[in-house]
Amino acid sequence: MLQLVDVKGRPALAFAGLVIVAVALAVLPFVLTGIGTFWVRITNLAILYCLLALGLNIVVGFAGLLDLGYIAFYAVGAYVYAMLASPHFGLHLPFWIILPIGAAVACVFGVLLGAPTLKLRGDYLAIVTLGFGEIIRIFLNNLSQPINITSGPQGIARIDPFRIGTFDFSRTSSILGLTFTGPMKYYYLLLVVLLVVIAINLRLQDSRIGRAWEAIREDEVAARAMGINTRNMKLLAFAMGASFGGISGGMFSAIQGFISPESFILVESIMVLSMVVLGGMGNVWGVVIGAVLLSFAPELLREWVGPVQQAVFGRTLLDPEVIRMLLFGLALVLMMLFRPAGILPSALRKRELETRRTAG
Amino acid sequence: MDIFLQQIVNGLTLGCVYAVVALGYTMVYGIIQLINFAHGEVVMIGAMTAYSVIVALTGAQVPLPPVAIVLVGALVAMPVCMGVGYALERTAYRPLRGAPRLAPLITAIGLSIILQHLAMIVWTRNPLSYPQIIRQVPIHLTGNPDGATITNVQIAIIVASVMMMGALLALVYRTKLGIAMRAVAQNPSIAGLMGIDINRVIALTFVIGAALGAVAGVMVGSYYGIAHYQMGALLGLKAFSAAVLGGIGNLAGAMLGGLLLGVIEALGAGYVGELTNLCRLSGWFDALAQRCASDPNVTLFGSNYQDVFAFIVLILVLVFRPSGLLGERVADRA
Repeated sequence: MLQLVDVKGRPALAFAGLVIVAVALAVLPFVLTGIGTFWVRITNLAILYCLLALGLNIVVGFAGLLDLGYIAFYAVGAYVYAMLASPHFGLHLPFWIILPIGAAVACVFGVLLGAPTLKLRGDYLAIVTLGFGEIIRIFLNNLSQPINITSGPQGIARIDPFRIGTFDFSRTSSILGLTFTGPMKYYYLLLVVLLVVIAINLRLQDSRIGRAWEAIREDEVAARAMGINTRNMKLLAFAMGASFGGISGGMFSAIQGFISPESFILVESIMVLSMVVLGGMGNVWGVVIGAVLLSFAPELLREWVGPVQQAVFGRTLLDPEVIRMLLFGLALVLMMLFRPAGILPSALRKRELETRRTAG
Repeated sequence: MDIFLQQIVNGLTLGCVYAVVALGYTMVYGIIQLINFAHGEVVMIGAMTAYSVIVALTGAQVPLPPVAIVLVGALVAMPVCMGVGYALERTAYRPLRGAPRLAPLITAIGLSIILQHLAMIVWTRNPLSYPQIIRQVPIHLTGNPDGATITNVQIAIIVASVMMMGALLALVYRTKLGIAMRAVAQNPSIAGLMGIDINRVIALTFVIGAALGAVAGVMVGSYYGIAHYQMGALLGLKAFSAAVLGGIGNLAGAMLGGLLLGVIEALGAGYVGELTNLCRLSGWFDALAQRCASDPNVTLFGSNYQDVFAFIVLILVLVFRPSGLLGERVADRA
């Protein structure tokens, strides 16, 4: 956990902290709705990015395999959901059936990508995964001919929201006298999913599998000598990372109601990678912080950059979008130069990056 | 046959550009085992700078022949790109020499995002259409008046590329700097002990690669007639694929890989539609025959898949012959 306050041996303090955080998270959507409903939507997207970053963290942070095409799995999950729950094919399966299918399909793609690239070294792997992500996007863009599968650049619209019986996640309803809008319901759902995923990640990190990944990341040859089946472990990392991506993709699809290949471009992959790098590769809490920071930063910029420029220069010189991308680029460069282990470095990563630097 | 010849000509032209860009990747990789991910962006900046120069010169009605204007554009683009190349090496790569492999790769990604968006601020986000000041004159290769042609621009690109490759080979194998570069590539610390200024040699390698990239950018711009702030990413990836195909770190390999990739891409784009036309199978299914009666081109994959070929080639090479066509098998340095 965050070591800001030493809570060891003070269970009451730890419990109080936990309660405060829980209450804050529960009340958050009501506060945000007060500012503007769109902030709830932004928070939802931020949680989706947390999920994606946690998935990528398994591949990059735990197993040390740099994946630059991670968004492809998100796309696969999103398209599986869109095809099975929209008027596009006239299928309307419930989400608890589609999400596992999406995860499984993304998992298959993960293994498909992983299998031929097992022997590659880090930087080659990065380029191949980048190519893989582009291939998926090109196919999504073009598979509207001769049979319309993905409906090409137009994308798929009118995707079903999550529904349990008559309880519809996209509609406003009142429960116990409180009004819950669609985005608020999704917020609670996403929050639960996020907590589950964080728990899985934390458990995974300390498990036999997690330790095997760590060993592979540190020294693959030594790991193999210790009896770790490096091939299976690397494939497992790809498969698990991909499944998390697939699940997030499915939820993205349902929340947005519309998807097109535009949402799954290379920049998105790089953004998720920036979140992992900024937060601290291999550190679950660091990654969550990185994802939250980088998903809210552009929105805050959008709010402030325009007016500030108006006030200083009298006109808008730079688009907030451009500033956002420049900041991402700078964040990647500066983090690597001055704090290569991230905001919250994992202990091992930190030791590794610092000793190697002084040694090399 | 004419289509085949035409695709070969187009492929060779494109291949020459890939080869020149690939040289930039392969030189840097050969000397410090680093993928200069931002090299594609250097090419883009070359194309954009030359665009500005050409537009300014034609706008000012400078009495120069069109070829000279393009040459001036290239000559201005080269020092600009050399500066960018040097800045990249100095800020993002030199401080991380000796760091784990992922670190410089990530700074390189960051820098290419920064360069792209700076270019977008300077040259807007719209595609810029290169002024077509050089009139493209097709020259027929066969007796057929509708047959394969090669234009003067294509000839110029091929000739310029071959000259640059020759000059680079002469530099690397015939000059003192070339000897120093090869020594640093073999063993930097021993090269340092022999009195070679390693930092200077590495910086010069980046600068030379960037100069080649600048010319490649001008060639792409004048060939396609368009420049865009995102043009570098895909071009860079393809050139990198070419370098891997030929054996990264190997100069001759980059040239061979570039030419091969250009031809593969052109032939692939030219023939994939025909090869995957489902109407060839119309004898097998009645439904298909009916559809083909109304529309004879039920193709599975069309030429819009052109960009996929480079990646497929890259993946196949890395799986079956990671050292590339001309590369030596090197020990895994993890």
